[in-house]
Amino acid sequence: MTNTTASSDVGDLQSRLSGEVPGVSLAWSTYQDQTRVVVPAADLLSVLQASKKIGFDQLTDITCVDLLEYGNATDRFEVVYLLLNIETSERLTLKTYLNEPDLTIPSATSVWFGADWLEREVYDMYGIIFAGHPNFKRLLLPQEFQSFPLRKDYPVKGRGERHNFPVITRAES
Amino acid sequence: MPLELIDRPDLDADHKEGLWTLNFGPQHPATHTTLRLVLQLDGEMVMDAEPDIGFLHSGFEKLGEVLDFNQYVTIVDRMNYISPLANEIAWHHAVEKLLNIELTARCKYIRTIFAELMRIHDHLLCTGTCVLDLGGATAFMYAFNEREYIYEICERASGQRFHTSYTRVGGLLYDVTDDWIEMVRKFCRTFPKAYRDFAGLVMKNRIFVERTKGVGVLTREEAIAGGATGPVARASGVARDLRRDEPYLAYEDFDFDICAAQGGDCYARFQVRMMEILESLKIIEQAIENLPAGPIYSAGTGKETIPDKREVYRSIEGLIHHFESIMPNRQMPAPKESIYAATESPNGELGYYIVGDGTFRAYRARTRPPSLLHFSLFSRMIKGCMLSDVVAVLGSINIIAAELDR
Repeated sequence: MTNTTASSDVGDLQSRLSGEVPGVSLAWSTYQDQTRVVVPAADLLSVLQASKKIGFDQLTDITCVDLLEYGNATDRFEVVYLLLNIETSERLTLKTYLNEPDLTIPSATSVWFGADWLEREVYDMYGIIFAGHPNFKRLLLPQEFQSFPLRKDYPVKGRGERHNFPVITRAES
Repeated sequence: MPLELIDRPDLDADHKEGLWTLNFGPQHPATHTTLRLVLQLDGEMVMDAEPDIGFLHSGFEKLGEVLDFNQYVTIVDRMNYISPLANEIAWHHAVEKLLNIELTARCKYIRTIFAELMRIHDHLLCTGTCVLDLGGATAFMYAFNEREYIYEICERASGQRFHTSYTRVGGLLYDVTDDWIEMVRKFCRTFPKAYRDFAGLVMKNRIFVERTKGVGVLTREEAIAGGATGPVARASGVARDLRRDEPYLAYEDFDFDICAAQGGDCYARFQVRMMEILESLKIIEQAIENLPAGPIYSAGTGKETIPDKREVYRSIEGLIHHFESIMPNRQMPAPKESIYAATESPNGELGYYIVGDGTFRAYRARTRPPSLLHFSLFSRMIKGCMLSDVVAVLGSINIIAAELDR
């Protein structure tokens, strides 16, 4: 495992993506063999569409990180898109930062329909709103659940949701 | 109405009063674990299916932020418990990439052997139970007989049959012994015959073939845009396998083929799985005969790996080493970076996105579960099929609810 990245490849990728979205400020970085790019939330959808256009035909994953307790981070949420080019196995990690109270970003379902459940899970766990999603609701937790449990201000033990369920005896049912 | 038009789904779709709703699950023998489908049916034809998941959600990813890199391995093998070791290998593969640890050759080979044993393990269960759901109990028993032997191989190496927790950062819990190698060799000798018996019962069974051919079709475009990976994608003509395309562990050293099919239906998915079992056996045979000697823990600064247990008990240096790598305030710091690393698990691309914050635990440990992406494609596959095809399609995409809900 090496820390060196073929810089010409990254430069090539940079120019290809920047060429598709001129005027958008993209911040590039690499770690190990991973190329990352930070995109302003306002330009997210156009950059996602451009990435698909330059060959990233599969959306591997969407996830989110709550940076509340992370060192000297200035933003609250980091939404991460992992993209993959099926033919060349090239990967790209796309990140965008969000802060309360405006936790709305455009949905990627129009670009890759596989984003459907991934975005619902991110909403379920972090409360990020994906505007334009066709069936937007919680995925794993009950619809009436109040909190977003993977946020860092949610305790690991929970807030007693499970223990405060009403007990229905056999006679009452 | 002419007879051939009766079965045209688009004709009746507008007449909603003709549709009826069926709740499939969460407790149904053919769902294997707890998952629920709300089916809209026109007679026996499935017009729409809405999966409802989350019954097994247990907050695994939250636990990943509390436990350290070695402790969390006991949780990941409870995700896809059909092939527990494949999860452990994927988890530590990502951790080692984050910490920039290079494994020793012996450790790589042992992990490769286990990863391939798990692929056989998983495919046997997936194929076996789906045949069981479609009414063939015999083949299932043949499959389980072989799975039982793989459990014994796991037990000999790790002390546990099921939730082995065998991998460690930069190494393995124990080195393997000579009788373990002999057990794997015996498996390689006896398995082909068992495979022939099993394959004969399944792939040439006319009832099974007719119930799976042309059922639950997923096109190549849908597979790519929908995020399908592994056997599900390969059955739809996406010839992609991380073992070849992004080699990890020792896969570059071995000669094996990638199995893919064109049909995209349940039968194609079974064909791919059955062929992959044979390729996995080829890899195991090559790996066990060329197993390198040497240590299983990588030598580095020392802090990233746990020392051998014999050293810990018999020398003061070993005990200090152990202390340094276990105590939370002395452990190796992870870089303040994030990494995504994936392996080809039996079910598809199983990846972890880990964010390090300078301690020996993950600030965020995201699992990229193949089951979740595959199940989200389920309603596309099942539209227009019959009610009895639901179990065939469910079985063919191998949904493991513990991995789905985490």
